[in-house]
Amino acid sequence: MSNYVESFGQLWGPLLVLGQILLFTLVLLISIAFLLLFDRKVWAGVMMRKGPNVVGPFGLLQSFADFGKFLIKEIVIPAGANKFVFLFAPILTCTLAFAAWAAIPVAPGTESGTTWVISNLNVGVLYLFAISSLGVYGIIMGGWASNSKYPFLGALRSAAQMVSYEVSIGFVIVTVILLVGSMNLADIVNHQDGGFWKWHVFSLQNFPLIVVMLPMFVIFFVSALAETNRPPFDLPEAESELVAGYQVEYGSTPYLLFMLGEYLNIVLMCAMMTILFFGGWHGPVALGEEFVRDHPFLTSFSGLFWFMAKIFFFFFLFAMVKAIVPRYRYDQLMRLGWKVFLPTSLVAVLIVGGYVAYMGVQTP
Amino acid sequence: MALIAFYLIAAVTLVSALMVIMARNPVHSVLWLILAFFSSAGLLVLIGAEFLAMLLVVVYVGAVAVLFLFVVMMLDVDFVALRQGTLRYWPFAMLVGVIFAAEIVLASVMGVKSRPEAFNAAPGASTNAEAIGQVMYTDYILLFQLAGIILLVAMIGAIVLTLRHHPAVKRQNIARQTSRRRGDAYELKDPKPGQGI
Repeated sequence: MSNYVESFGQLWGPLLVLGQILLFTLVLLISIAFLLLFDRKVWAGVMMRKGPNVVGPFGLLQSFADFGKFLIKEIVIPAGANKFVFLFAPILTCTLAFAAWAAIPVAPGTESGTTWVISNLNVGVLYLFAISSLGVYGIIMGGWASNSKYPFLGALRSAAQMVSYEVSIGFVIVTVILLVGSMNLADIVNHQDGGFWKWHVFSLQNFPLIVVMLPMFVIFFVSALAETNRPPFDLPEAESELVAGYQVEYGSTPYLLFMLGEYLNIVLMCAMMTILFFGGWHGPVALGEEFVRDHPFLTSFSGLFWFMAKIFFFFFLFAMVKAIVPRYRYDQLMRLGWKVFLPTSLVAVLIVGGYVAYMGVQTP
Repeated sequence: MALIAFYLIAAVTLVSALMVIMARNPVHSVLWLILAFFSSAGLLVLIGAEFLAMLLVVVYVGAVAVLFLFVVMMLDVDFVALRQGTLRYWPFAMLVGVIFAAEIVLASVMGVKSRPEAFNAAPGASTNAEAIGQVMYTDYILLFQLAGIILLVAMIGAIVLTLRHHPAVKRQNIARQTSRRRGDAYELKDPKPGQGI
């Protein structure tokens, strides 16, 4: 992609990047609209309801109707609220959720060695980790600025929860970084080239490591649920205890921004699982070097297809978990994070580190 | 381009650092502090130390500042009253500030003159993550381990100071809760009409 940019001259480079960002944002927004509907449909299906089915065929336009409703409603700011912080919190949540996607590589480029990504950062994994650790501020600020008890309690709970589970997510990411030897997301994906048995979750070319990496994926998945405040870890908005947590005082567009940020983070977590453990854009069977050389566009788009299909699958898992698992108690949540996941992932880092140091990693 | 970005981010850093001590509301102070951390991370990116920048965001903004925010939000202290009379400390504060500023200026000016390679983000390694790893975990491994032990001692000290066991407090016993079976919780009875159990 960078060769393209250089060939356009000085002005075209930034414009092209801007165009890429706009396109990416548009695709994300439209996907989110339908994923939201899909989430509700799955939930309804498990409960043997029909789910939204009135607006458009099969309720396909439901999210757009909701969007319109949120936009034209009045923004109510509670008395005594800190106005600037109150309105800034949802904007921050939404902006950060979008910003994280800048580092996500979605498909192999048409020229060899390139990637379809807005910014191919050297420290891509750390960037994602940093941005997702900033997400907690939207919630804390929103809960505090509402000047109300339930939102504040919800915000405190949520912040404690997110900080706790970030630790184990960090260690899980470290195991993957140790295997790859690079923090670049494109490198991590390319390290898993050559068939599904080379994906990090199985890592059969380093055979004994499957014992470590499979549980690491499970830990990452559960921590991702907790990190995005999804059921069964949706304690910040436990409606039977806290009304709706940090969002109690929010309505109309600010609420829309909160919800958009939340769903963007969920899809981001699905993308991270895909990239770190499930081979990113690589299909279950390698395409072969000749095919890749002869059909660059087909390779790119099949990569895009596999990437999106995997994200969709993980989103389905998220929706199913929401539908079938009852909510955790708060002390159970904290125990799981600190007493189970943290020691397990620490031991895993030790094992993987020892394996890499003494046995060496088989690269594809 | 990089120069414009530098002056912009540096200005944001300075203004937000100033606002940390100027803001009346302590929560606003912490929010400004977060902005200061964040824009310092931007400065680190500009000199090519992107690994340090990300660590700054993850550790300081993502963890330390959250704890600050927690504490400050839950404190019920009248900060306006607390601030009464702080002005009389200003000569002392000025002295400390001047010493700090002089040390920083001296160190960086002398450093640039005597060892220009000290300002290279990744000396002798391909990425600055590798450079930091080399310095911390290979060259100065003993000091690194000692720092870890000091932190551990501090943590244990804090726990010892605050941990109290009250015999009256009921605690959750997870092992007992998860080992509970259906038969332990209820029992089926078939009472005859008019007899009770």
